[in-house]
Amino acid sequence: MKRTKILLAGTVAALAFANVAHAQRGTDGDLKILFWQAVSTLNPYLSGGTKEVYSASLTIEPLARYDETGKLTPWLVTEIPTVENGGVAKDMKSITWKLKPGVKWSDGSAFTAEDVVFTWQYCTAPDGGCAQKAQFEGITKVEAVDPLTVKVSFAEPKYYPYGAFVGAQQPIIQKAQFKDCVGAKAPGCTSANFGPIGTGPFVVKEFKPNDVITFTANANYRDATKPAFASVTLKGGGDAASAARAVLETGEYDYAWNMQVEPEVLATMMKAGKGTLVTAFGTQVERINLNWTNPDPKLGDKRSTVEGGKHPALSDPAVRKALSIAIDRDIIDEAGYGEAGKPTCNIVPAPSAYVSTANDWCLKQDIEGANKLLDQAGWKKGGDGIRAKDGVKLSFLYQTSTNSVRQGTQALVKDWWQQIGVASELRNVSASVFFGGDPASPDTFQKFYADVEMYTNNFDGTDPEKYLAEWLCNKIPSPANGWQGQNIPRYCNPEYDKIVAELSKTADLGKRAELAKKANDMLTAEGAHIPLIHRGQISSHSVKLSGVKMNAWDSELWNAADWSRKK
Amino acid sequence: MFTYTIRRLMFAVPTLLVISFVIFALLDLAPNDPLGDLPLTIPPEVREQIRASMGLDQPFLIRYLLWLKQFFINEPLNIFEQMTGITVGDGERMRVLSWATRSPVVDLIVQRMPQTLWVVGMAYVFGVLIAIPVGVISAYRQYSIFDQIGTFVTMVGYSVPTFFTGVVLIVIFSSYLQWFPSIYDTNLVVNDWSSFVQQVKQMVLPVTVLALYNASQIARFVRASMLDNLSQDYVRTARAKGVKEKAVLLVHVLRNSLIPVVTVIALGVPTIFSGAIITEQIFRVNGLGQLLITAVQGADIPLVQTLTFIFAVLIVLFNLIADVLYGILDPRIRYD
Repeated sequence: MKRTKILLAGTVAALAFANVAHAQRGTDGDLKILFWQAVSTLNPYLSGGTKEVYSASLTIEPLARYDETGKLTPWLVTEIPTVENGGVAKDMKSITWKLKPGVKWSDGSAFTAEDVVFTWQYCTAPDGGCAQKAQFEGITKVEAVDPLTVKVSFAEPKYYPYGAFVGAQQPIIQKAQFKDCVGAKAPGCTSANFGPIGTGPFVVKEFKPNDVITFTANANYRDATKPAFASVTLKGGGDAASAARAVLETGEYDYAWNMQVEPEVLATMMKAGKGTLVTAFGTQVERINLNWTNPDPKLGDKRSTVEGGKHPALSDPAVRKALSIAIDRDIIDEAGYGEAGKPTCNIVPAPSAYVSTANDWCLKQDIEGANKLLDQAGWKKGGDGIRAKDGVKLSFLYQTSTNSVRQGTQALVKDWWQQIGVASELRNVSASVFFGGDPASPDTFQKFYADVEMYTNNFDGTDPEKYLAEWLCNKIPSPANGWQGQNIPRYCNPEYDKIVAELSKTADLGKRAELAKKANDMLTAEGAHIPLIHRGQISSHSVKLSGVKMNAWDSELWNAADWSRKK
Repeated sequence: MFTYTIRRLMFAVPTLLVISFVIFALLDLAPNDPLGDLPLTIPPEVREQIRASMGLDQPFLIRYLLWLKQFFINEPLNIFEQMTGITVGDGERMRVLSWATRSPVVDLIVQRMPQTLWVVGMAYVFGVLIAIPVGVISAYRQYSIFDQIGTFVTMVGYSVPTFFTGVVLIVIFSSYLQWFPSIYDTNLVVNDWSSFVQQVKQMVLPVTVLALYNASQIARFVRASMLDNLSQDYVRTARAKGVKEKAVLLVHVLRNSLIPVVTVIALGVPTIFSGAIITEQIFRVNGLGQLLITAVQGADIPLVQTLTFIFAVLIVLFNLIADVLYGILDPRIRYD
């Protein structure tokens, strides 16, 4: 019996192997992808939007990618440079990439180090408005040592040198195609921006902005057996629910991106049995930021600034902690996120080496404990059930962007806070205003003219150093810096600044993780914010499509070359 | 008549300039931001540079004047160059660029125009073709069964919004009967009989939705206008002198009744170009209406500005055409 099983397993394996060996380019027809937000351009350097980065990733590729587990994988290079293999200089001031020999652009010309150097020049040119410029920060020079070797030099020792040219945000573009499109001329090169020549598995055949893109298989792709699909049609427009329906219910499409749909609606569609949901968890965390400064309108220009003084109620650590433990994160998750969310108490929720468990006390709702905490801190309930101390009432303005899941969460939180004697006034602002960052608008999340506000933020790649630096004292938004600066809660702790400074000088990965955890713990424990949900990305694909490896660290379409149709 | 037309055209220039300024000012005051959709991982300094590359760092008046120059000088010159092949100057000039796609706005509009003209224009033509006979018969046989049913259908068609009729038709004809597709295939090229059939099939639902709405509106006008004229003295005179009933109705009454109707139809033409925003969105037709709505959502101000301004030009123009037609149809009206 056992032998038959082994035999059977062997046959299955052999069959599978035979299948792979017989795979051929362009045998599986047309791959139909639906992005309910239509794609505007295929040059991610000019847009920065997720939909543009993902769709462009079918054509243009970076030197190295993150795989579905967040591990760095060589893509257009032979190996990941490290100090051990000599790719990274001992003083951490340079990194040398060795390009794979024989890689060709889709037009047949050779892919060389010059193209990599050009990509850097393109993005850092003045007046270009390159959306990925921050990734090239601190780089003094990118040079082609020989046609297959690129050396990137840094001004200061860079202890995490894998920023530039890694991940879907910074693909390599062809020098020959873009050489006249540098700086202010970049937006004018419409045909290049709409049809970049790449090294990837597919070539742009036709691009209709804000509507549909047609790709065909790249005849010069480095693996002669891939891609399995002969063409890709990437349609845009509509809404998330109808996109989900097109894959899960009617089966008109093979893959649909970003299913921001209520969990129960998705569950009904799944019953048709035509598609499945795939999720991946990256670094997105939905959080409530607490304003450490005073947003009182009476302060005029000093409103929500350090000069305006501390927040009369939220400066009390007991209040901050009580607000956090009054929340039942499981219910928020169930109601609004389903498979696409997990309760969390961390602001750095992934990769696993960086995940701390020090603050897991917040995962369990404790209304009684919260009430006790506030009692002890001297906040007494008044006749209206609202707590107050020295004439300061625990009554907060709670703002977020307009989005049905967020408004649902707001209502739940308001109810729990009511139970601990905290009143809240709910407000929602259109996302394009809230996240727009117009310094003239009073409603942006940076200005934070409210007591608490809720949104999601994350970091690119797997290294949280830059992200943790957002809570430094000198990153507090104020009128002086045009409300720029990412320290939205206006948190400031010299101890914290020291930890982050140390992190930027540490090369050892184990120590980096330790420091990052320490910083993460400090932020939650001190109450810079209340983390709520670790958000995943959720997409759907047809049951007939195989090879999809959902990836939250890179483009979701990162391995489209390996996708095929089940026969 | 000619001098009147010239005078009206001259007067349209300052009107349009004021309109363009008002649109620009309104869009500028609106608290929308083109960078609102970008991931938060893009730091503020970089956002500032992106803003500068869009020209947003310039003061309001400069941006307005720049747009005027781009729209009124650079774009027409560009069209002239494309049509004649003659290069004026060095041929390099700044065109109106969309912020979202970074491509010339006029090219986007040209790309979207055919679908809108086909779908929405066809619906308008069908609407008119249905409305006039329905209106005439309804009025001639007032309170008959035909009139009652016609009135009911047109009232329903007029008052039920297209986003409702559109979805109802999708549910019946796409999901349940599966006769017509619900998603408009914008890549379809008509080159043989089967692709033509497919094109007709995918146009049926959006055209029906819009034709019902247009026909309802115009049929009401035709009926009311016919009723006004049927009771006039000249109709009795015509009948008294023995003119055939058909001639009375179709020559005397219909011609006189059409005067106000033509105005309504002419004034409705600009709405074809503005596309049927909601209907195009429901059926995913890549027309001008859908272009406008995505531009509004993404705060793509140059695109919104240019599109709305073109609509304004069309409205002013068709107002003039309606007035001139009025004079031609009714010889009693003289503007000079």
